[in-house]
Amino acid sequence: MACIDLLVPTPGRSDMISVALPEALTALFPGAPARIELDAATVDELLTELDRRWPGMRDRLRDTTPKIRKHINVFVDGRRATLATELPPGAAVLILPAMRG
Amino acid sequence: MDASTHLLIGTKKGLFMLESGPGREGWCLAGPFCEAWPINHAVADPETGTIYAGGGNEWFGPAVWISKDGGESWTHSSAGLAYGEGDEPVRSVWSLAPSRGRLYAGVEPAGLFRSDDVGLNWRHVDALRAHPSRPEWQPGGGGLILHHIVTHPSDDAKLWVAISTGGVFATTDGGASWEPRNQGTRNDYAPEEHRYPAYGQCVHSLAMAAGNPDRLYQQNHCGMYRSDDSGLSWASIEEGLPSSFGFPAVAHPRDADTLYLFPLNGDAIGRFAPEARAAVWQTTDGGRSWQPLRSGLPQENAYLTVLRQAMTTDGQAPLGLYLGTTSGLVYASTDEGQTWTRIAEHLPAINSVEALVGLH
Repeated sequence: MACIDLLVPTPGRSDMISVALPEALTALFPGAPARIELDAATVDELLTELDRRWPGMRDRLRDTTPKIRKHINVFVDGRRATLATELPPGAAVLILPAMRG
Repeated sequence: MDASTHLLIGTKKGLFMLESGPGREGWCLAGPFCEAWPINHAVADPETGTIYAGGGNEWFGPAVWISKDGGESWTHSSAGLAYGEGDEPVRSVWSLAPSRGRLYAGVEPAGLFRSDDVGLNWRHVDALRAHPSRPEWQPGGGGLILHHIVTHPSDDAKLWVAISTGGVFATTDGGASWEPRNQGTRNDYAPEEHRYPAYGQCVHSLAMAAGNPDRLYQQNHCGMYRSDDSGLSWASIEEGLPSSFGFPAVAHPRDADTLYLFPLNGDAIGRFAPEARAAVWQTTDGGRSWQPLRSGLPQENAYLTVLRQAMTTDGQAPLGLYLGTTSGLVYASTDEGQTWTRIAEHLPAINSVEALVGLH
């Protein structure tokens, strides 16, 4: 597992959602940045929006259970989230691989 | 022999490639590719040269990695490589088989997927998992995996798959329906009266004889078998082998009677080469007799294991044979197994070895 970008997302000045993506994920999608701002109402919508920009990214982060993958953690404003977690305006989302091994 | 030979080596820490110089000598190693994801099987489409590597990452799930330039650059996809919403997630890709424009993928938990666009998009061949036996399939030591896919050389409607542990299943209608093909194969871990069930055996490897699609060979957890009727019935051919247990079974690409195995000492006592002396075992008469091929393979303290997809041929003449061990060694023979040379060491644990000739 490559090192992750530990930058904590800074809430944007607008109501956009600020998302930090780990390096191990962005390495799989050429052009994907470590940080991005986008619009979404829930974590599930956020993953769908990521997938629209980088096809396949959603499948890397959630499975067909359907849940966020077992070894992926999504934090919303510092709290661990599920697919259904709502994103308040200006929320900071941090996506991290879980520690393993 | 001027064309270079490439070996695709799937390991627990990425795909590696070995490229030979002229005469299948002077091997050079490259890798790891595929972001060092665990790669269970990698193959090349002989028609296009495209390389496919299947595996899975504990964080990000299953993927098929694709390279159209000999490994210089890679993309990956898992679009459609999933069961229905609410079903158990696909963990990893375990086997790949290109066949006349189609690409099949076997996965864990056991199931089969098909791509008609060179691995970009996948659809589930759902009739296999709809088979009534499926609730009774049990995970083997490697998990509940579909690890071998055997295509027919001319009939796209026919396909065989091997599932640990579910047994061999076949379709004759392009995957619309499936039936178990295990009659005559043994399950030593069942009560005496149930040792030859219709399904549930632990097949380890499945190979089709050259020029004879009705003949299949099977290395099983419990024995070695040959079928001359497309898997409808199986007969034991383990007499003369040092063990009934092993993983790979590799058919000679031009001789239907010749097969290569790497028997191990047994499932409960280490699963390494018998007496810690490495040998590939060969039959040239369809399994009636067996001979060990040892020259060049270590004959002392060789606690080697070769997994189910980690031995292969290169199709050339004389035939090249290659094997990879779980301890990261790769051995090659360019004289039909008579002598062997170590061509790589210190690799991660090797899951699979496949060859292609004349890349670039």
